[in-house]
Amino acid sequence: MQPIIDYITSYLNSNKTPGAAGNFFWAFVYILLVFVGLSVAVIAMNWLERKILAHMQVRLGPMRVGPHGLLQPIADAIKLLLKEDIMPAEADGFVFWIAPFIVVLAAFTVFVVVPFGPTHAITDMNIGILFMLGVSSLSVLGIVMAGWASNSHYPLIGALRSSAQMVSYEVAMGLAVVSAILMTSLHGLGLYGAGGVGTGDTGTLSMIGIVQAQQEQGVWFVFKFFPLGLIAFFIFAIAMVAETNRAPFDLPEAESELTAGFHTEYSGFRWSLFFLAEYSAMIAVSSIAVTLWLGGWLRPFPNLLHGATWDLVFNLFPGITFLFLAALCFYSTARMPKHPYFKIQTMGLAGFGAMLGLIGLVLFIPAVFVRVQDIYWFAIKVAAFMYLYIWYRGTFPRYRFDQLMKVGWKILLPMGLGLLILTAGMGMRSELWIGVVVPLWHWVANIL
Amino acid sequence: MNPPVATPFFFYLLSGTMLIGGILVITRRNAVHSALALIAALLAQAGLYLMLYAPFVAGVQIILYAGGIMVLFLFVIMLVNLERAQKERQFNKQWLVGIAAAGALGGLFITIYTKGKGIFPDHAMPSGLEAQNTQGVGVLLYGQYMFAFEIASLLLLVAIIGAVVMAKKRI
Repeated sequence: MQPIIDYITSYLNSNKTPGAAGNFFWAFVYILLVFVGLSVAVIAMNWLERKILAHMQVRLGPMRVGPHGLLQPIADAIKLLLKEDIMPAEADGFVFWIAPFIVVLAAFTVFVVVPFGPTHAITDMNIGILFMLGVSSLSVLGIVMAGWASNSHYPLIGALRSSAQMVSYEVAMGLAVVSAILMTSLHGLGLYGAGGVGTGDTGTLSMIGIVQAQQEQGVWFVFKFFPLGLIAFFIFAIAMVAETNRAPFDLPEAESELTAGFHTEYSGFRWSLFFLAEYSAMIAVSSIAVTLWLGGWLRPFPNLLHGATWDLVFNLFPGITFLFLAALCFYSTARMPKHPYFKIQTMGLAGFGAMLGLIGLVLFIPAVFVRVQDIYWFAIKVAAFMYLYIWYRGTFPRYRFDQLMKVGWKILLPMGLGLLILTAGMGMRSELWIGVVVPLWHWVANIL
Repeated sequence: MNPPVATPFFFYLLSGTMLIGGILVITRRNAVHSALALIAALLAQAGLYLMLYAPFVAGVQIILYAGGIMVLFLFVIMLVNLERAQKERQFNKQWLVGIAAAGALGGLFITIYTKGKGIFPDHAMPSGLEAQNTQGVGVLLYGQYMFAFEIASLLLLVAIIGAVVMAKKRI
């Protein structure tokens, strides 16, 4: 028994991710935590998307199942699981069966390298960002397989659109990512706080390494070499919406033209797998954007507002967030209709608020908030992206296919190429300075 | 010290997947099934690269082959009318030459494996190489082999321009 306990506790003293420390037990715990957290996030996203979209369109959204429709996602899940699972008679059985699994596998596997904190990742890979891009590019295979195996017109058209769209936008996305990776190795010369030393002679592809490079250089890459980092971020932010097939780039599942696109023939549990994969892919690409440009787990203003007091203030943010949510719940509880019919719902909402408040209070314990504040900042940044996704859907009309291709190939791709050249040029600046200007200055000084 | 991940079990698993995938590619009548088997083989190959402590090559293999080229393959296959192609008699007039070529290549491999033991290192690669793999590839490509790298990229550029010129009648 003792060796097992030693094995489990030995990790707690090591300052690495469970994968890097080679500890199977903690790696398994982290995998479970990420999986559960992701599922909860998808459920929350489902509810939030419907509510926020509804409010944007001056509707109420789901109100019947639970207070303010809070139990609607659970009701939906039960409905989907109980639904009859239909496979078209002429469908290609094996491919039809395996396609949703490939999509879900690709969407969940990428979270192996997502850094929620300096040690809060399942593992850290030398090729982290490459792994994320590679595995998430496999999901298009699942979509194409689903569309083809359904043996039906709308899914086939949806799959064709999806593969063309994803391959086109992957190019621009890759160029933006490469420019961010270049920045990990480039020492800045002061402009926009891009100072400090790089991470050695070469850059890094490791997700944790990228965030640490931003920490050492004292600048988020979105502000580095202003406006180059901002443009790269902008390209990625557009390409990632196209990669996840979301509005305004949701042509593969354009409901007004293609019924539901590649998953028209899917029903019940298999359809819910596509749904799960879509939302976790959204979270995955958002976390790439957060890691590469928005400083990952780093809290805002580490240079401007530093010192013990400011650290404490920022450490209290997680608790304050949960208390705010609890206060919202209690406010809604007070506003619930007083009719006896709503008695259970009112009590449930109050209980939910009390639970959130309790979590908030636990987060005020110093031992807790020191350990979870990385995760909090990472999650809050990803949540901002998730809100943007909903906002896009509520505001932008869908692109036509030729417009989509034009944006991808004629605007984003040349922009990405130019950006890459400029970023490399900015990196050469320091070498130019040391190699050309300084000797020239010495030469001139000698003559004089 | 971590236990080695590159155990014989994984080697045989990945090689087996690759071989089965390769055989399925040429035996399936349905072109989409062949393409899917090819994807499985390519992914297993990426796993083999990982076992050789070459994560960068493995990542590039997944992005380029499995995620890029094979998607375009499937795209083209789905555009072709498969039902007619399946009913046609499948034939290959050069099967005799093909068997001879495959046999010769196999013989070469076997000869090298049995006689050329001196070529291969007889000890395991030093670990820790993995952590510097990508950086090492970058330094070599942009340092020592700069000229070859640029020549290769020029060749690819010519191919891209050629494809555009051939596809578009009027540019």
